[in-house]
Amino acid sequence: MKIVVIGATSGIAEHCCRLWAAEDGADFVLMARDTAKAEKIAADLEVRGARSTSLAKAEFFDPAAIEAFAEAAVAAGAVDVVLIAHGWLSDQQSCQDDLALCRESLEVNAVSPVLFAEAFAAHFARANRGTIAIIGSVAGDRGRKANYTYGACKGLIGRYAEGMQHRFAGSGVKIVLIKPGPTDTPMTASQKAAGRKLAPVAQVARETVDGIRRGRPMVYTPLLWWPIMLIVRHIPRFVFNRLSI
Amino acid sequence: MRPVSSWGRLGAPPHDIVELTDRDRVAASLRHGPGIAYGMGRSYGDACLNPGGVLWRTAGLDRLVSFDGATGRLVCEAGVVLRDIQKLMIPRGWSLPVVPGTQFVTVGGAIANDVHGKNHHVAGSFGEHVRRLRLVRSDGETIECGPDLRPDLFAATVAGLGLTGIIVQVELQLRAGNGPWLEAETISFGGLADFFALSDESEAGWEHTVSWIDCTSGSELRGLFMRARPAAGRIGRPWRERSRRVPFTPPVSMVNRLSLRPFNTLYHALGRRRTGVQVVHYEPFLYPLDSVLEWNRLYGPMGFFQYQSVVPRAAGLGATRDMLDAIARSGEGSFLAVLKTFAERPPAGLLSFPREGVTLALDFRHSRALPQLFARLDDIVRAAGGRLYPAKDARMPRALYEATYPDLPAFAAHRDPGMSSGMSRRLMGR
Repeated sequence: MKIVVIGATSGIAEHCCRLWAAEDGADFVLMARDTAKAEKIAADLEVRGARSTSLAKAEFFDPAAIEAFAEAAVAAGAVDVVLIAHGWLSDQQSCQDDLALCRESLEVNAVSPVLFAEAFAAHFARANRGTIAIIGSVAGDRGRKANYTYGACKGLIGRYAEGMQHRFAGSGVKIVLIKPGPTDTPMTASQKAAGRKLAPVAQVARETVDGIRRGRPMVYTPLLWWPIMLIVRHIPRFVFNRLSI
Repeated sequence: MRPVSSWGRLGAPPHDIVELTDRDRVAASLRHGPGIAYGMGRSYGDACLNPGGVLWRTAGLDRLVSFDGATGRLVCEAGVVLRDIQKLMIPRGWSLPVVPGTQFVTVGGAIANDVHGKNHHVAGSFGEHVRRLRLVRSDGETIECGPDLRPDLFAATVAGLGLTGIIVQVELQLRAGNGPWLEAETISFGGLADFFALSDESEAGWEHTVSWIDCTSGSELRGLFMRARPAAGRIGRPWRERSRRVPFTPPVSMVNRLSLRPFNTLYHALGRRRTGVQVVHYEPFLYPLDSVLEWNRLYGPMGFFQYQSVVPRAAGLGATRDMLDAIARSGEGSFLAVLKTFAERPPAGLLSFPREGVTLALDFRHSRALPQLFARLDDIVRAAGGRLYPAKDARMPRALYEATYPDLPAFAAHRDPGMSSGMSRRLMGR
């Protein structure tokens, strides 16, 4: 099994990789901005049973570089899973005050993941196999004043995945959209400090890997978020706009 | 600031929690101290707490660094949980030589408390199997130490309660294992003399020994002696991991004067039906409580104390009898009272708890009768030349600690001034 991970130092991605290493002895191609941390993760995965690991040069925005990366990854041997996990929890108030930051958040959390998904989709379509898993978020299910920049990015990813699922319906290519609730990872350290209850990352990773294995179109993890977001999505606007959630 | 409690749940004082996630960037986080490292929070009292101050949480330091399949040397970060090592290594023919009664502790915590297991007479304490430590001190210095490298600092760090710096990386010597199956035998016994005879008889041929005792039976002791050894080549009934969780904290302790005697009688009766030899999986034998997650909630919102003592063998029979009598008279006690012998081995750390003798461990719900009972037990332990286990302790008097850990002055020289815990202030003054 060959797995390509974009944003390999993401807490959820790292824990997914641990499961793939231990259970499948997978081959990994890891892309991350923080090379020193990615090297530590690669060593860890090898001890846990990975057959091989290699680090890819970080290129998150240049379309040509992303295409070349996908091309090279597939050329070196069929890719079974691409996990697109990079992201950054931007602070809402800062995005409102600083448009440069707002744009950066949109590029990191929405544009870049989509480019990776398209780049690999082209190859997977030709081979008629492969799974593209993208980490969305429950934050993408409805815009809220507390985090709508981040939420809109994740919403875009969700809609994009939906479109790709339509495109690949009935084929061998699977598109899996993961929607984790707030999860205990380094990305959410500030939420944790504020006393917010966070899901254990090992549980989220377990459910993510299981969802990818089954090729499920959408995975809410922990599952409790599915009914919660069902309700949140359906609250009438005149009620919703009076709520402070 | 967020509330944090230790395993005894005696309180949840606020802490300023700092997450450590990168072993090469720990030093920068230590500037905010003084504080103490916090792993899985399985010590019972205040060893892992620093009320009102900083906790450095090591859960994010959970990466493996390297493993040499020829020699069994594993290098890993200090926040790795023992269970993860066992799950990964046992199928490959290696295992941790020493694991305490729960697998849900970190490597760093196992070293800082120099934990022991049911095989102390064979493998000693956890610290005996550590080859290298990487310690980050609050002044930013990173120090490597081991039994053959700065052995004085190493001996202070093993069982050092986290007070010599933050352990970030460890090299462990694993033991070539025999797979997950154990040949286990349960023997019903009555009386302390019987217990000691069984212990002596079992030490040569059985790797793991431990006894459950009915703490309501006093010195007319009844109990179940359990021993196990690798089941070479034999395989037991398929074992599936199942864990239940205590779903909420009941308003009062479920362990109380009403429930204690019936439970112990029932447990003993059921145990007697299981006597004889069986091939069992190592997990339910070695870590029976790990299948009930958050069992500490059973003691209710007030929490509980554990009292674990060791007394030298020479005084063991009389001292243990006196303690059991005092406990039975008090009417307090626990479902799981444990009695086990320790062998004579040189301690791995200056402040290591295990010593030659017999150790007794019991949980007590929070109640008004406890201070008096504990004072009585303290007197017995001290008169017998024994000591208490800091990892379990939340209340031992400083005088008792100083009298029973004679290497304390030597230890003090190695302390990192940036490390401080509730326990260090209670027992060492700072």
